[in-house]
Amino acid sequence: MIDTLRLTAEGAMGLLERGELSAGELHAAYLGAIAELDGELHCYLRTSEEPSGDGIPIALKDVISTKGIETTAGSRILSGYTPVFDATVAARVKGAGLSLLGKTNTDEFAMGSSTENSAWGPSRNPWDPARVPGGSGGGTAAAVSAGLAPWGLGSDTGGSIKQPSALCGNVGLRPTYGTVSRYGVVAFASSLDQVGPVARTVRDVALLYSIVAGRDPLDSTTAELPEAVQLPEGDSLAGVRLAVPKQVGDLDAIEPGVRAAFEASLERARDLSAEVGECDLPLSYRYGMPCYYLVAPAEASSNLARYDGVRYGLRTPASAYDEMVEETRDDGFGPEPKRRIMLGTYALSAGYYDAYYGQAQRVRTLLIREHRDALEGFDAIVTPTSPTVAFPIGDKAADPLAMYACDLLTIPSCLAGLPGLSIPCGLSDGLPVGLQLIGRQFGENGLFRIGHAFEQAIGFDTVPERLR
Amino acid sequence: MAITREEVLHAARLAWLALTDEELGRLTDELGAILDAVGVVAELDLADVPPTSHPLDLVNVWDEDEPRPSLSLDEVFANAPDRSGDHFRVPPVGE
Amino acid sequence: MSWEPVIGLEVHVHLKTRTKVFCRCPVGFGAGENTQTCPVCLGFPGALPVINRRAVEWTIKLGLALGCEIAQHAVFARKHYPYPDLPKGYQISQYDLPSCINGKMLLPTAEGDRVIGIVRAHLEEDAAKTIHVGGRSGRIGGADYSLIDFNRGGTPLVEIVTAPDIRSADEARRFLQLLRQTVVELGISDAEMEKGALRVDANVSVRPTGSDELRTRTEIKNMNSFNFIARGIEAEVERQIGVWDSGDEVRQQTYDFDAATGTLTARRSKEEADDYRYFPEPDLVPVEPPADLVEALCAELPELPAERIRRLEAALDLDRATVLVTGGLDRLWGETVAAGADRTAAANVIANALVGAGVDLGAVSPAELAKLVGARDRIPRTAFDEAIAKLGDPGFSAEPYLTQEAVADSAELEPIVARVLEANPGQVEAFRNGKQGLLGFFVGQVMKETDGKANPRVVSELVRSRLEA
Ligand SMILES: [Mg+2]
Ligand SMILES: [Zn+2]
Repeated sequence: MIDTLRLTAEGAMGLLERGELSAGELHAAYLGAIAELDGELHCYLRTSEEPSGDGIPIALKDVISTKGIETTAGSRILSGYTPVFDATVAARVKGAGLSLLGKTNTDEFAMGSSTENSAWGPSRNPWDPARVPGGSGGGTAAAVSAGLAPWGLGSDTGGSIKQPSALCGNVGLRPTYGTVSRYGVVAFASSLDQVGPVARTVRDVALLYSIVAGRDPLDSTTAELPEAVQLPEGDSLAGVRLAVPKQVGDLDAIEPGVRAAFEASLERARDLSAEVGECDLPLSYRYGMPCYYLVAPAEASSNLARYDGVRYGLRTPASAYDEMVEETRDDGFGPEPKRRIMLGTYALSAGYYDAYYGQAQRVRTLLIREHRDALEGFDAIVTPTSPTVAFPIGDKAADPLAMYACDLLTIPSCLAGLPGLSIPCGLSDGLPVGLQLIGRQFGENGLFRIGHAFEQAIGFDTVPERLR
Repeated sequence: MAITREEVLHAARLAWLALTDEELGRLTDELGAILDAVGVVAELDLADVPPTSHPLDLVNVWDEDEPRPSLSLDEVFANAPDRSGDHFRVPPVGE
Repeated sequence: MSWEPVIGLEVHVHLKTRTKVFCRCPVGFGAGENTQTCPVCLGFPGALPVINRRAVEWTIKLGLALGCEIAQHAVFARKHYPYPDLPKGYQISQYDLPSCINGKMLLPTAEGDRVIGIVRAHLEEDAAKTIHVGGRSGRIGGADYSLIDFNRGGTPLVEIVTAPDIRSADEARRFLQLLRQTVVELGISDAEMEKGALRVDANVSVRPTGSDELRTRTEIKNMNSFNFIARGIEAEVERQIGVWDSGDEVRQQTYDFDAATGTLTARRSKEEADDYRYFPEPDLVPVEPPADLVEALCAELPELPAERIRRLEAALDLDRATVLVTGGLDRLWGETVAAGADRTAAANVIANALVGAGVDLGAVSPAELAKLVGARDRIPRTAFDEAIAKLGDPGFSAEPYLTQEAVADSAELEPIVARVLEANPGQVEAFRNGKQGLLGFFVGQVMKETDGKANPRVVSELVRSRLEA
């Protein structure tokens, strides 16, 4: 009997390498776990019955195009859409022999922080199914957490990998912008979208990152990695300098339980001989969210202009072209994409561009500078990943601004294009708390090393208590 | 109120969305609240700050002018809601 | 009051790269519908554009030929408008930071060079092709449905925008002929209007002659030949003068010119149509052409048509020089003259007879052509025409034609001339009343009567002496 709840990707690879298990048996074991738990958790939109490679399985967020396999980005407007090409990341995992386990649930077009915006119904948190798994990549994070996949790929625009990983108690990396190809990934906000791994350990995350990262000729906004990915080893933080933003202490949005777990981790870091200092990010926490909610919707309004019912996806019949497009879009997009399309359209429209989109782009410049300054003399900035633990389904669904506030801590570094790693650092009321480590551009190896040492010291049990 | 119903309607036309009256009303309220929140960016005097449209400092990323295979017609139309011969078909484009 | 037209042109030129501007689908005319498409140019979810380097280089090359400053930092933007031929819902185009700005083109005229300012030249992608089927005579408004072929979508286009420096329809035509010849000689476009490879929109306004105000302008689209463009502009100028003269005001409007009826039809447009919501294309990075690349492109520039017109004008008149150069005929002319032909006669034969016969100019031997030019008035017209038509044939020799003699004997031709004049009393009277242009008509009739064997110069003299007697 394979314990998918505790099996890491590395562990699974070992089983295959040593011939203790076949790829088919491994695949079947995960399908069995899915059959048992996914009725309740709804992590998957669809699964593959047969392994497609001879390696270990992987789950892909449903924004990643998979040739011959329906890809909907959680939206009705893409219902039935079956890509005729693989996203570069899908091709790379395939090329590495990984076998597609299934496509995981997401907020529609990755817009959301709870997976409640999926047109196909919400996913649930394995630690407490009455609560959200976070979002938009809640499906992947919940699947990894519940043992329904050893690992998976998500996409992160303002926190969609880091925040669900925090809420589900696993490890998620949002890589440096431009290190992982976006080709074939259903676009939300092009200057922010970044694909990254979710897994149960930092080493697994680093391993998957090494498979997908690197320049892609099909994506003009990718760069060659300056150094090869190194799998982290060791458990010392000696010589590591961590910076806590001054402002974190004053943010009322951070729940006491989250704060307690965060502070305990800082203590742990000092025990491991890390130096913990302070940095200043005043603009990031005041203007990061506003900046993000101008830039991302503006780009989204443009990226979603292609869904017109002409070449693929939903079409609502009508007697004239204009009417067909408007009705298709009205039927096909849920409330959150509509909200963002409208917001972005408005922010770009004549007379408002300078005040909204133009201004936000300038704020972005300041946030980049502020992060560069803050990281001077430090190896990483540390904050809680999410201000709260997983919240009950429906709690914030009626209040867009409350939902947007979930990403308060993850957004600023996304705007700056910097890598962020979330690792579980403890529990608050029985629910996982995530620790966010933000590094320099292309500083993934440093984050892996620090994250791995933390992970060893913390010894967090990633298996949800109710499933142990 | 940061945004009027007429402005929402205008944006909806630009965005190619046929909104119901109910949606229009709700969006007017919601967008008003969101614009109030994001409008704080106006506090900053950024005249001397250049805009950043991209977090990655790259230039001249291009490809050579060498053809690569196009899709087959089966692939082109694999997801087409309406096909006529080898064309995509749509309702008549009005004036 | 007398009025002066103020005209600016927006010219879209297809670049003849092998592949599209943002994907590597082949560019070509006549392939099966939708066979030259891929996820990028069909706007499939997640597909991303990648710039065609050659398209960028050719844009810069054209900019250099137009005397533009080449931007050290050019940026692609998204221009949003809804149409089924735009699969992404936006066109990728350079906007506030185009590759080429502030150029000028010199248009040689009898009064010296006219300077036509080039505001910008930028690179963008073409839209796909929509066909409207059924309904009232295939008109858009009455179609039963529309069909889309995405083959053309994504073809590289350079858009050239002139300053409102053009002052007449004829000047617009001459500018366009010179521009077309320039892009053809740069080797970056075939610029064939009938294939849609060169498309022109004209912005037209009028103002009282001598004033420097800029009044409301209108835009004329959809003109697919230089003659239509000139006619469309003329029609619009007249219309605007009528509007102002009647005390009314010209309103900003876009028109389609229908060449068949010579009429302008106003386009109906939605109020939102012009809110394009441009913003920098986040899927692409800026173009910052290295200095050595720009220098190399500059060094590749040939002597440009406007310069050659000026050079030829010294040996010919301006009109002939212009026709030869804008027709791409001046090189052959030079070689023919070098082989001994008379300058003016050679220009006339090349620009009229040779082009009219559709001969492959590249295959013509200047020496043989020079012999024919020299013999034109001596040999029968039929022999001359036949020889011209065969000039492009491999191994063509003029000798067999040169030995034929046209009928130059006045005694033989007199009765025929008399017969022709008798048969056309109306034309005779018109000629005598000053319609000198009819001379050619009479000569033509005599040539017809003689099966082209008469010497046209002798016939012409005979006709004239009889009519003026
Ligand atoms: Mg244009
Ligand atoms: Zn293509």
